[in-house]
Amino acid sequence: MSHATATAMHPDPRQSSGGHDPRGRPVIDRARTDARHDRWFRGTLRTCALLVLVVLVGAALSTLWGGREVLFGDGWRFLTSAEWNPVENRYGALAPVFGTLVTSLIALLLAVPLAFGIALFLTEIAPAWLRGPVAAAIDLLAAIPSIIYGMWGLFVFVPFMAERVQPTLSETLGTLPLIGVLFDGPPLGLGILTAGIVLAIMIVPFIAAVMREVFQAVPTRLKESASALGATTWEVVWDIVLPYTRSAVIGGIFLGLGRALGETMAVTFVLGNAYDISASLLMPGTSISSAIANEFNEAVGSHRSALLALGFLLFVVTFVVLLVARLMLRRLSRREGTR
Amino acid sequence: MNPGLYRRRRWRNTLAMLLAGGATLIGLAFLAWILWVTLSRGIAAIGAPLFTRITAHAEQGGLANAIVGSLLIDLMAILIAAPIGVMAGTWLAEFAARSRLGALIRFLNDILLSAPSIVLGLFVYVVVVLPMTAASDGAVTFSALAGALALALIGLPVIVRTTDEMLQLVPSTLREAALSLGIPQWKLTWQVLLRAAGSGILTGVLLALARLAGETAPLLFTAFGNNFMAFGPLDKMASLPTVIYQYTNDPNPAMHAIAWAGALLITLFVLTLGLLARLVLTRGKTHHD
Repeated sequence: MSHATATAMHPDPRQSSGGHDPRGRPVIDRARTDARHDRWFRGTLRTCALLVLVVLVGAALSTLWGGREVLFGDGWRFLTSAEWNPVENRYGALAPVFGTLVTSLIALLLAVPLAFGIALFLTEIAPAWLRGPVAAAIDLLAAIPSIIYGMWGLFVFVPFMAERVQPTLSETLGTLPLIGVLFDGPPLGLGILTAGIVLAIMIVPFIAAVMREVFQAVPTRLKESASALGATTWEVVWDIVLPYTRSAVIGGIFLGLGRALGETMAVTFVLGNAYDISASLLMPGTSISSAIANEFNEAVGSHRSALLALGFLLFVVTFVVLLVARLMLRRLSRREGTR
Repeated sequence: MNPGLYRRRRWRNTLAMLLAGGATLIGLAFLAWILWVTLSRGIAAIGAPLFTRITAHAEQGGLANAIVGSLLIDLMAILIAAPIGVMAGTWLAEFAARSRLGALIRFLNDILLSAPSIVLGLFVYVVVVLPMTAASDGAVTFSALAGALALALIGLPVIVRTTDEMLQLVPSTLREAALSLGIPQWKLTWQVLLRAAGSGILTGVLLALARLAGETAPLLFTAFGNNFMAFGPLDKMASLPTVIYQYTNDPNPAMHAIAWAGALLITLFVLTLGLLARLVLTRGKTHHD
């Protein structure tokens, strides 16, 4: 565009400089520079965003590479053997995998009803003035560092379990025919059950937060319609709110499971660190993360490789669990979006 | 109408409400229990030597080197995570709103948010500690820098997510007004959008700092620990969480007391940061309107 036509098209006197910017450069050059800067800018930002992807892939590949000796050398034996013997260099992942799964399962069994109750209380029962403070307090449980849970677990909760809870459990539930074996054993305080309970307290705030959020997202007219037909608050929640939010609630539960599987510090202190697989929940055990935390710095050679292989297993399992969680959580928001 | 059924439904409703209230009380009771124990045992052990003596003195010592180490490592971690996280979040919000790669990265970031921290520690061990050991012939092994990198990976997804969310809250009229003046996009992002979302992004950074300051597992095999004062980024460095871990495993009760004091310091630090984050967000909001 020539200078003359530009002036003709913009009779406004402020535009009379036409194709030049205040510094006297032609506007077209300025536009080119800006476009180049924008490309650079965009490229830099994109590289940073891609780092997220690099970290996830890198974490999987580096542990796979570090654990290759055991993972590919021993193959299935690593996954199916319960023997963990650094002296003879024989490693089986069964005991830590068992410990991780069972403690996380106990945590879920305890945390899901608790979190549901809390979410129900905060969305349907509590008076408005109480909701904010109580919700903030429950969220505080998620902010406490996991090592604090570990210390409290070891010094306060383990003695409490040993003196009060476990003897009672053994005397009552332990004498029952089928489930008795679960609560059989000396009241050590430490063990699978204790670790599961500590984990449950840690994941309650995460599950409760998701449930609270999606319960609030249920359209009021749905709930009011049910109430108008004579449903009690409980019936509204059980028959209207829960079915409406089912996928997100399952997503929230999986999110909690993902947290429980990968938790290290709280579990390490209260689990007892014994490579045993026992039917009793009162017996000590081990978990993937606590095995890594306890042994990694002293481990060399194939011992270290076995621990990295455990890390790889943990990463893959939590990745899948969290993937399911996020997909389930996304479903509700998408359904809302189509309305 | 069936009065029995009516009564049963009423009864079931009351029971459910009571159980829900009970669940909330259980949650609050555990919170109070844990905070009370940390506070009472921590305060009992806090004294001047805690801040002046180093961990080399064991039970006669303090946590001076661990406190300094924690501050240094956390500072390095947040200095690494904040710029990268803000830029990544900006890309997600401003440049990748409808792209498939953007959706994928946003999704993976949410997964990274709750990925097991111990595996991130192993990752840094394999890609930072091992190569540095090999490159320096063993002169540099575990280092504060490696610890900071591991913690940065834990803070990063928090910052990415908050930046992304906060930028999406900025009204699009602001973008349109700036673009219609002929401002290049980088200037718009840098000088208009990031300023408009500033307090929200700062909240994200504070939350990330609170999150990574309490982490222990990834530091065990990256920063390792050190019984003496260390300042260099390539030195092994003590940190509060790793010292607490070590002292808790010690059979000596005097060490446990020091560990409780450290636990109190960390808890106070983390909770203060969380409170600060809330404050910044609410103040930023009123200012924005």
